[in-house]
Amino acid sequence: MAGILVAFTVVMTMVAYTVLAERRVPGFIQGRLGPNRVGYGGFLQPFADLLKFILKEDIVPDKSTRFVYFLAPVIATTAALMTIVVYPFGPEIHLPVLGTIHLVIARFDVALLYVLGVTSVGVYGIALAGWSSNNKYSLMGGLRSSAQMISYELALGLALIGVILQSGTLDLNSIVEQQAGHLGITGWNLIWVQPLGFLIYLIAAIAETNRVPFDLPEAETELVAGFHTEYSAMKFALFFLAEYVNMFTVSMLATTLFLGGWNGPFVHELPWLGVFYFFGKVILFLFLYIWLRGTLPRFRFDQLMSFGWKFLVPLAIINIVLTATLQWSPLFDYVSRFLKTSVGWGG
Amino acid sequence: MNMAPQLSWYLALSAVLFTIGVVGVLIKRNVISMFMCIELMLNAVNLTFVAFSSFFHDVSGQLFVFIVMTVAAAEAAVGLGIIIAIFRNRESLDVDDSSVMKL
Amino acid sequence: MAIGCAISMVAQRNPLYSAISLIGVFISLACLYVTLSAPFIAAVQVIVYAGAIMVLVVFVIMLLNIDQAECQPRRLRSLVPIAVGLAAVLFAEAAFMIFFVQASAATPAHTVSDVGLTSSIGTGLFTSYLLPFEITSILLLMAIVGAMSLARRGGLIPPQAQGGETGTSNPE
Repeated sequence: MAGILVAFTVVMTMVAYTVLAERRVPGFIQGRLGPNRVGYGGFLQPFADLLKFILKEDIVPDKSTRFVYFLAPVIATTAALMTIVVYPFGPEIHLPVLGTIHLVIARFDVALLYVLGVTSVGVYGIALAGWSSNNKYSLMGGLRSSAQMISYELALGLALIGVILQSGTLDLNSIVEQQAGHLGITGWNLIWVQPLGFLIYLIAAIAETNRVPFDLPEAETELVAGFHTEYSAMKFALFFLAEYVNMFTVSMLATTLFLGGWNGPFVHELPWLGVFYFFGKVILFLFLYIWLRGTLPRFRFDQLMSFGWKFLVPLAIINIVLTATLQWSPLFDYVSRFLKTSVGWGG
Repeated sequence: MNMAPQLSWYLALSAVLFTIGVVGVLIKRNVISMFMCIELMLNAVNLTFVAFSSFFHDVSGQLFVFIVMTVAAAEAAVGLGIIIAIFRNRESLDVDDSSVMKL
Repeated sequence: MAIGCAISMVAQRNPLYSAISLIGVFISLACLYVTLSAPFIAAVQVIVYAGAIMVLVVFVIMLLNIDQAECQPRRLRSLVPIAVGLAAVLFAEAAFMIFFVQASAATPAHTVSDVGLTSSIGTGLFTSYLLPFEITSILLLMAIVGAMSLARRGGLIPPQAQGGETGTSNPE
């Protein structure tokens, strides 16, 4: 229980500062300053935003279905937050007084499938929001966004199968432990094992979370504000929150599966370092997201859908077939022995 | 209650869910609601399979559930396609309007 | 909770509320599967049923823009008493099973079973149940082809192929 509270607080704080970073980093990319008035260098900006959201007037459109209108942001946020339960933040920590603490909230056998399932449920939040606002732009935005999300969910799942084939388990803790290389760096799944899978996963994840260059459904210039046009104040804040938490969880999944989770130099001597490594890698991904936002133009919707189905899905299937044949052939023995001795992958 | 759930409770729950699904299929007029009641019946049966598989320590129950779920997914896709095609022709989702086979 | 959601699904007039109640049923069933130590099936249930099939249903509801269902059926009212009678029979059966069937010697107690693990399902799927697995793949392929052919605007068979088939049948 305490673990849930701690994780929740940590995630919320990080999300709040991601929002801030989201405004300052594109500022630097575009040659301007972001918000820097509130607090030193803008550090208190998230709290100002929060205050604004709470105090804004809560408008409910007249003809919308009230129950669904209230339910949709709740579903989106709940689904986004439920995934942080299974991520291992660090190795086991032995404290002198409190005993051994496992830095993961829940540890079960099908953790990876659970994450996929919960992101599937997150699609509902957006679809129902688009429908219940009783506004044709919202409906279009909601439908487009849901179609995009379920198409790229497929590519996401297929990209992850490559990792599962290599690791032989769906349990996130075991996957992280297998990536402990020599110094804790060289064993990562990214470079030696699944480069193509990582690329596919990254692209599919950006599309899943509705970010640039795939953010047509909520682009300000296309469909007013897409599916959350009619939402104001607290409910809009919840959608906003859900999007950033989604970004965060997807980055956490990427670090756990591909970048080695909490592995790093000297982790076993000093377990607290694991937590820092984990968050450092997550921040790397978040920075990548924000960087992409400031740099790339956006896809048109039909380009987006054809890219997902005609390019990413076949590529992911090729990745699976390649991984499977490589594992099955005798070549794999040579490769894995090479990896074990030189790089240390395989625990 | 401090006794572990008995097998008969799971079976009873499954029977009740199945009954509710049957009632729904018979009562509803909207074709999509009928479709959803059919999915409910399939799920009730799945529950029976999983309960038996767990109590008798036999994995074949869960394998069958897996295959049933796959079949249900395929049937959902094709069924919804058919529903959309019917709707294009008849402009009404009432099952009674579609009860005559003449176009 | 599963029963509550199911009853709400049947009782609701608006099909969107029925859909949401059905999602509730699926998720509660997934939790039940976890207590029955079948975590893989629970996760697959959420992904496949609640995540994908119901999204399709919700899409169709939104695309076809269905509002409140019409009021009482005009012609087939005779079906409602039959439904109620059938429900009464099935409920009586369930009640009989709960209250009167004693636990026979073959009914096992509920120990935590270990057959729900993903590895055992995978092993079973690829060794003794290989044939159903392959047939399921073919079934999925048929479903994909079927759905695609239904979705084409011009129909499955293009019109020009129907002209040459009329005079070629030879009775033998």
